[in-house]
Amino acid sequence: MSEQQYEKYYVPAQSPWPFVGAVALFLIAVGAGNFVIESTKGKDGYGGWILVAGLAVLLFMLVGWFRDQIEESMTGMHSSQLGRSYRQGMSWFIFSEVMFFAAFFGALFYARMIAVPWLGGSSNNAMTNEVLWPGFEAMWPLVKTPDGTTTEAMGWYGLPLINTVILLISSVTAHFAHVALEEGKRKQLTLFLGLTILLGVGFLILQVEEYVHAYREMGLMLTSGVYGNTFFMLTGFHGLHVTLGTILLIVMFFRVLKGHFNKDNQFAFQAASWYWHFVDVVWVLLFFFVYIL
Amino acid sequence: MSTAAEHLHHDEHHDHKPSGIKRWLYTTNHKDIGTLYLWFAFIMFLIGGAMAMVIRAELFQPGLQLVDPNFFNQMTTVHGLIMVFGAVMPAFTGLANWMVPLMIGAPDMALPRMNNWSFWILPFAFLILLSSLFLEGGGPNFGWTFYAPLSTTYSNDSTALFVFSVHIMGASSIMGAINVIVTIFNMRAPGMTWMKMPLFVWTWLITAFLLIAVMPVLAGAVTMVLTDKFFGTSFFNAAGGGDPVLFQHIFWFFGHPEVYIMILPAFGIISQIVPTFSRKPLFGYASMVYATASIALLSFIVWAHHMFTTGMPVAAELFFMFATMLISVPTGVKVFNWVATMWRGAISFEIPMLFALAFIVLFTIGGFSGLMLAITPVDFQYHDTYFVVAHFHYVLVTGAVFSIMAAVYYWLPKWCGKMYDLTLAKWHFWCSLISVNVLFFPMHFVGLAGMPRRIPDYSLQFADFNKWVSIGGFAFGLSQLIFLALLIKACRKQGEAATDQVWEGAEGLEWEIPSPAPYHTFETPPVVK
Amino acid sequence: MARSVLTALFATLLSAAAMAQPSQLNLRKGVTDISAQVYDLHMTIFYICVVIGILVFGAMFFAMIFHRKSRGVKPANFHESVKVEVAWTVVPFLILIGMAIPAASTLIAMEDTSKADVTVLVTGSQWKWHYKYMENEVEYYSVLATQQEQIHNKFSKGENYLLEVDRPLVIPTDKKVRFLVTSDDVIHSWWVPDFAVKKDANPGFINEAWARVNEPGIYRGQCAELCGKDHGFMPVVVIAKTPAEYDAWIAEQEAIQRKAKEEEQKLLAMNMDMTELMDLGSKVYQSTCAACHMPNGEGLPGVFPGLKGSAIATGDVRKHIDVVVNGVSGTAMQAFGKQLSLKELAAVITYERNAWGNNTGETVQAKDVNAVQTGK
Ligand code: HEA
Ligand code: HEA
Ligand code: HEC
Ligand code: CUA
Ligand SMILES: [Cu+2]
Repeated sequence: MSEQQYEKYYVPAQSPWPFVGAVALFLIAVGAGNFVIESTKGKDGYGGWILVAGLAVLLFMLVGWFRDQIEESMTGMHSSQLGRSYRQGMSWFIFSEVMFFAAFFGALFYARMIAVPWLGGSSNNAMTNEVLWPGFEAMWPLVKTPDGTTTEAMGWYGLPLINTVILLISSVTAHFAHVALEEGKRKQLTLFLGLTILLGVGFLILQVEEYVHAYREMGLMLTSGVYGNTFFMLTGFHGLHVTLGTILLIVMFFRVLKGHFNKDNQFAFQAASWYWHFVDVVWVLLFFFVYIL
Repeated sequence: MSTAAEHLHHDEHHDHKPSGIKRWLYTTNHKDIGTLYLWFAFIMFLIGGAMAMVIRAELFQPGLQLVDPNFFNQMTTVHGLIMVFGAVMPAFTGLANWMVPLMIGAPDMALPRMNNWSFWILPFAFLILLSSLFLEGGGPNFGWTFYAPLSTTYSNDSTALFVFSVHIMGASSIMGAINVIVTIFNMRAPGMTWMKMPLFVWTWLITAFLLIAVMPVLAGAVTMVLTDKFFGTSFFNAAGGGDPVLFQHIFWFFGHPEVYIMILPAFGIISQIVPTFSRKPLFGYASMVYATASIALLSFIVWAHHMFTTGMPVAAELFFMFATMLISVPTGVKVFNWVATMWRGAISFEIPMLFALAFIVLFTIGGFSGLMLAITPVDFQYHDTYFVVAHFHYVLVTGAVFSIMAAVYYWLPKWCGKMYDLTLAKWHFWCSLISVNVLFFPMHFVGLAGMPRRIPDYSLQFADFNKWVSIGGFAFGLSQLIFLALLIKACRKQGEAATDQVWEGAEGLEWEIPSPAPYHTFETPPVVK
Repeated sequence: MARSVLTALFATLLSAAAMAQPSQLNLRKGVTDISAQVYDLHMTIFYICVVIGILVFGAMFFAMIFHRKSRGVKPANFHESVKVEVAWTVVPFLILIGMAIPAASTLIAMEDTSKADVTVLVTGSQWKWHYKYMENEVEYYSVLATQQEQIHNKFSKGENYLLEVDRPLVIPTDKKVRFLVTSDDVIHSWWVPDFAVKKDANPGFINEAWARVNEPGIYRGQCAELCGKDHGFMPVVVIAKTPAEYDAWIAEQEAIQRKAKEEEQKLLAMNMDMTELMDLGSKVYQSTCAACHMPNGEGLPGVFPGLKGSAIATGDVRKHIDVVVNGVSGTAMQAFGKQLSLKELAAVITYERNAWGNNTGETVQAKDVNAVQTGK
């Protein structure tokens, strides 16, 4: 085989952004650590400010890094091999996110199918219930914990159902946007992408609404025992991911307006839409395991 | 650090490379990043080792002499964390950075900028972890396994810093692993088919997969620790319907694959070295690949063998016992293949080979004690004693760490273009080999006799052996200073020039490029026949 | 040169190993049928590993010696053989099955806690054990008895250094004794090597284990799960007595504990004077509180608060009593109300209010403590 058949793989020159990114993470970790201590233990310090500084540096780094990246992409320095690298990288990143959620789903299943029944005396734990938690009854949702905290279970109809529909539709519009991009229909692309963003924002608003309802009217809180814990941690991390996904889509929206992306050059767009679909799939699982079952 | 490393790359070739501190901060070059990783890992090894020296000094005699128990626990914890996350894992990542592109004929790692990011996170993460030791109340003191509720309700406030430093370490590992996988999938030179890939590349591919699968789970575990401690959740608190044992399930779902993350690349290294110095192709290449994959898959279903005493139902105990025992089969295949590779070869005993041979014997001994630990009813006696400590130091120190040293001795001439000081290398090997056994072998005895781990003081019957263990420990620690001297010398470019092939029996793309390896290699892919 | 020095070192080590008593080298056979089975399993697997080791390393050393380049051999080129590869996959697998069967049957027997004659609730807390006999009105704490001076190398160390407690657990021989193991705070692990019993004490859950001891005697073990600062200082000591002696012992204990409760009531009417309170208080403080708050009352900054000059120990008495009696939930500060007698509580609180320059000059009496405890 001759060399000519191989495009040159683009190895970027030196770049300050990764190091800036590492500094950002450093500030975020120090800041968040101190902020958590200060805010929960009533101490004072600069944790919050360091955290904010870290986030600012992170933002600065992302903007700079992506600007370089976009420029390279627009000036045609990327080969199709590099495109594959990006796509594979993104897929594995999403896989790692799947495993992150798996940890919390695992905690949910464990609490529900093992810990709570054992506290109620099943399996080899008859004495646990008899001696330590007399009178405690295993149930799910756990609306009364062993130490007697009570709460209410969140139903699946109403807001959660509406949210499910919203996210499912948004997955479809995201897909249409992609099809439009492939076919070079810029108007439709803008329209569907915009729609997807609106749906995402709508989802987030309703999610906040639901949380307010849970805290104010139902007494369902993060601290309401393991039901509340798993409920808020799972939906909360999901919400965080939707937020991130929405931001990604918004960035894509502006790039589309600027005329970026075409059939052959659309990695960033694809990555954002994969991320969006992933977030949707997680929600479907959530809806099923957290709300319905 | 940077000056020493800088010398490693002192320019002898014509290719252009940036200079000064910016070269290291802003680099996108896989060789530079590999070098950074390796030096970082070595420094961490010295720091973690110094903590082990504190542990051994306190345990030299019964009674409390040097440190108070709370500080002792911090030493144990941070020693474990540093060695695992700061020394062994980054060292393997460094080797991957240096060697994977060279071995598959790629111009660099697939995502060079992200590569630099994943490295530079590490020094910051460990800065946070280490500085927490100096805060009021001290750093983490709940064991590297940070079992709840000791790490939640009963820990000190610096736990928040511990949690976030683990988060960013995890981010670094995940990015590093993504890079390795993508490089191997996407950057192989034409003709480098899957079943032609060197075993080091194969084992790293599988390791990277394990990393991406389990590091996020660790992130989940520390997050739950954070919310349990600071935000009133009760994942690990029975009063709210949780269970402290849930923590252990999540931790070990990460933790067991983690220990294979620390040994699979070692298997790869040994599989490169043994054929070279036996002058004979690796026996059973295909079965090596399959064995590695089976070990990785099995590693997901054995985690609860660390939890036999937690009171799981007997059916679960039986399942985890059988699954764990099964891992001996593919691991055995590897050991047998190495011996078969040597069989009727023409063996010579250069330094990398010496370390590889020590690895095979001593790792197998560690594997045997692992198998004994897998037998649930007997593990009730071994669990949380020095028998376990002996087991994992055999697989980690004479396993993972020896393999890293073997790798360094094997590839160092390629990296810096000079042969290292053989006298020092021999001293390093023999002193290490003997002292490491004085250090870890008697731990089996004290463990069986009933000495628990993680204690700063012990009853009189354990006194004799502990003295020997400590002496072995100091000797092993001092032996590593020989290694330090050798590395500094090598980086200063002293010694005779190395040939391109370096070792008579060496085969593979990395031996076809000049020594030292030019700053940029394989800009046009080689063709593998 | 390097070699010879180090070989000499190694030889000394081996001879040290040879001189050590067997009990210092190997697992104990123990005193129950189960522990003997466990020991046998351990030895069997050990020997299997030794044999495999000899075969593998033997082959390896053979190659190292006879297939050396310096002997001028020409390397062969074979690198595959389905037959041997299958063989060395299948044979280890069969060996493993051979190990798994006896292991499984021992395990199943160990986990069968049904039909027990005596049941003891074992509760770990930082850093002591509490034993409660479920069929009798007897319960007590069991704390390390080794003097601090021995630990700090001021006195010479006794024979059972770190393996002695003030009140051991007493159980009958030849009876199936069931242990219900749990914890008040962090995870501990209750371990008696001679019974082959090691069970984690998980807060909020009860694990079960059992032993039928064949010989009377004193059996010593230790906490086997990292449980904080004094994890190394919470031994387990069990005395096995013949059933007749055990029955006599338990009857005696029941009588003593009943009497003690009556005494408590009488105390409420009495006042103790300062020196009496300070004397007793100092003793209680050193044995119960000093582990965390330190003998000098200064605590460990950031971990355990100092009491010297603390707002609580010099401020409102009722608040102070409340902290000690009910503990501070969600922290390591336990509720001492059920651990100490009224008299001891009164004494230790008085002590804290007057020691280390906390000279409040106040005394606290049993009735004051009782008032807080009964919530009036
Ligand atoms: C590199 C790291 C590494 C490796 C490779 C291993 C390998 C193994 N480990 Fe180990 N292990 C650790 C690191 C490692 N371990 C650590 C760090 C801990 C403690 C964590 C903590 O608590 O802090 C631990 C603890 C640990 C425990 C828990 C002990 C306890 O706390 O009670 C157990 C129990 O089953 C176990 C088992 C095994 C087994 C069966 C293997 C097997 O993979 C070994 C297989 C190898 C062989 C068996 C030898 C070669 C085979 C042959 C020659 C073939 C023929 C042999 C036979 C058929 C017998 N390990
Ligand atoms: C890869 C991992 C790794 C490595 C390489 C090591 C290396 C060593 N380990 Fe480590 N160890 C762990 C992983 C590792 N360990 C883990 C995971 C734990 C469990 C932690 C826990 O329980 O939570 C543990 C626990 C552990 C214990 C048990 C502590 C306890 O239970 O309380 C002990 C005790 O002896 C010990 C000793 C040593 C020694 C002497 C070395 C030596 O090999 C170190 C040698 C290196 C040096 C000494 C550095 C070089 C020399 C200098 C810097 C100069 C100074 C030298 C002198 C003053 C002589 N380790
Ligand atoms: C296992 C450790 C431990 C032991 C043993 C212990 N304490 Fe404490 N104690 C604590 C901790 C931790 C706190 C801090 C609680 C908090 O955060 O409010 C505390 C707080 C206190 C306080 C309040 C001090 C202040 O200024 O906040 C008093 C008084 C006290 N303990 C008395 C005692 C007495 C009396 C004993 C023995 C009978 C004792 N403690 C034994 C851990 C312990
Ligand atoms: Cu209690 Cu360790
Ligand atoms: Cu394991």
